[in-house]
Amino acid sequence: MNAVAHVETDDLKVLYQELILDHGKSPRNARLVEHATCTAKGNNPLCGDRLTVTARVNAGGMIEDVAAEGKGCAISIASASMMTEALKNASVATARQVFEAVHQLCTGKADVASAKAMLPTSMSEDVEKLAALRGVRQFPVRVKCATLPWHTLMSCLDGKVDATTEKV
Amino acid sequence: MTALAHKSAPPAFDVSLIRKDFPILARQVHGKPLVFLDSAASTQKPRAVLDAMTFAFENEYANVHRGAYWLSEKATINYEAAREKVRAFINAKSASEVVFTKGATDAINLVAASYGCLALRPGDEIVLTELEHHSNIVPWQLIRDLTGAVIKVVPINADGSISIDAFAKIIGPKTKIVAVAHVSNVLGTVLPIEAIAELTHKFGAKLLVDGCQGIVHEHVDVQAMGCDFYVFSGHKLYGPNAIGVLWARLELLDAMPPYQGGGDMIATVTFEKSTWAEAPTKFEAGTPPIVPAIGLGAAIDYLNSIDRVAAAAHERDVLQYAMVELSKVPGVKLIGTAQNKASVQSFTMEGAHPHDLATVLDRSGVCVRAGHHCAQPLMDVLGVSATARASFGIYSTRGEVDALVAALHKAREVLL
Repeated sequence: MNAVAHVETDDLKVLYQELILDHGKSPRNARLVEHATCTAKGNNPLCGDRLTVTARVNAGGMIEDVAAEGKGCAISIASASMMTEALKNASVATARQVFEAVHQLCTGKADVASAKAMLPTSMSEDVEKLAALRGVRQFPVRVKCATLPWHTLMSCLDGKVDATTEKV
Repeated sequence: MTALAHKSAPPAFDVSLIRKDFPILARQVHGKPLVFLDSAASTQKPRAVLDAMTFAFENEYANVHRGAYWLSEKATINYEAAREKVRAFINAKSASEVVFTKGATDAINLVAASYGCLALRPGDEIVLTELEHHSNIVPWQLIRDLTGAVIKVVPINADGSISIDAFAKIIGPKTKIVAVAHVSNVLGTVLPIEAIAELTHKFGAKLLVDGCQGIVHEHVDVQAMGCDFYVFSGHKLYGPNAIGVLWARLELLDAMPPYQGGGDMIATVTFEKSTWAEAPTKFEAGTPPIVPAIGLGAAIDYLNSIDRVAAAAHERDVLQYAMVELSKVPGVKLIGTAQNKASVQSFTMEGAHPHDLATVLDRSGVCVRAGHHCAQPLMDVLGVSATARASFGIYSTRGEVDALVAALHKAREVLL
């Protein structure tokens, strides 16, 4: 195998690493939140992926529960699953910061260290896990797959009904 | 419309010679030979088309139908010659029945807006099928909402075929327009157009055929098919994009109001009233896609220069081979197995989303389409959110099917 072929196989291995495949096959919190305070539907018109994000936010601005349910590729399902794990019991303000960090990781604008620096130290472990999503930066058309759940969550927290990969 | 078929044994078809006519097929992607299996989305272009377009731009370009100077006259002659080539290719009665559009979508929108406005009253029925592309659904929804018409949908069978009985149950006295694909872009199903036309005309309705996938694989004779409108795109027929064709019977084009207003499509203009040019000019407002039309003409010349019967037999061979070989890959399920089908094969792999499959395949140089193929209602009928699709052209080979299968095995390693 030549050097070029090695790089490509590695790209694929980074993109579809164990953590991503695990969350893609067995997504956590793939359900609707009971007594949700907000709901949004995400839609990627390019591929037809759709998901519904529901959350229950208390008066203090804490996300008591968050879930994502829908159909999609391994990347979008894994991203949704990891997002819900990371943000349960986080504040809405922190969720927005994590969104920004993940967005920068996926588009190659931030590495893991700078993403961590953007967030409270309590989120460091979560960011290390979420950094698995940054494999998409080598696959520009797949960035939207990773970010769709996050855009949908932002719409949800903003009180909007839906999100699409085509507006953001 | 008959499948291209030889009366005697087909001559040898040398696909390696055909492939040399398509410059892009020599390139590599991600360090691997390009295996282009997305011809149903858009075909690659032969050198003859690229050369004809470059020649037109470099030597014979000016606006058409205007200049009282030689260059414009020459461009006009070339543009109209392309129309004549299309006429002969589909055996239309007259070149006046050939309207150039920017694509098949544009052509369907033209018919829906213009003929739909003329023919549809509240309660009238537009008949579609479950396997239509969005471009043969949404324009009808737009005119439905303007006119109060109703859309009825003919169901498909489990293998992706449609029986004429299913049409007979839906087409009736209220039907004004029937709009169907010639060949499904997802399932490859070839629809029984002559029988549908007969049924449609029994009730005095008109039949539009979306020929995007059909004209690529089937011999098209619009007079023999019995349809009233036939539309297709240049870029799926080895020609450039930004050019499409609407064929319609002249009496229909004469009766239909203009779709868009502008230069070229008028006879006289005053601020009180304008009058229209005759068809096809009436439907070609503004500067038309001049060089794309010339490129389409060159694509037709190219297709006429090869043995299309042998090419069709070759495509069928590659499809049959693909159906057999894909079925051997663990977890792969073929979608669309109608008896009469063109060289398009959708499939899914257990446990792997089509988008993830396409990403892994791409790194092996294999281009397949993944997603809903602009046919979301069909995906709902099939009970899937997406499929992967390999589609073949005259330049496709069994070797490329082998590359696809090898890449699918690799995808199993990466994804499962």
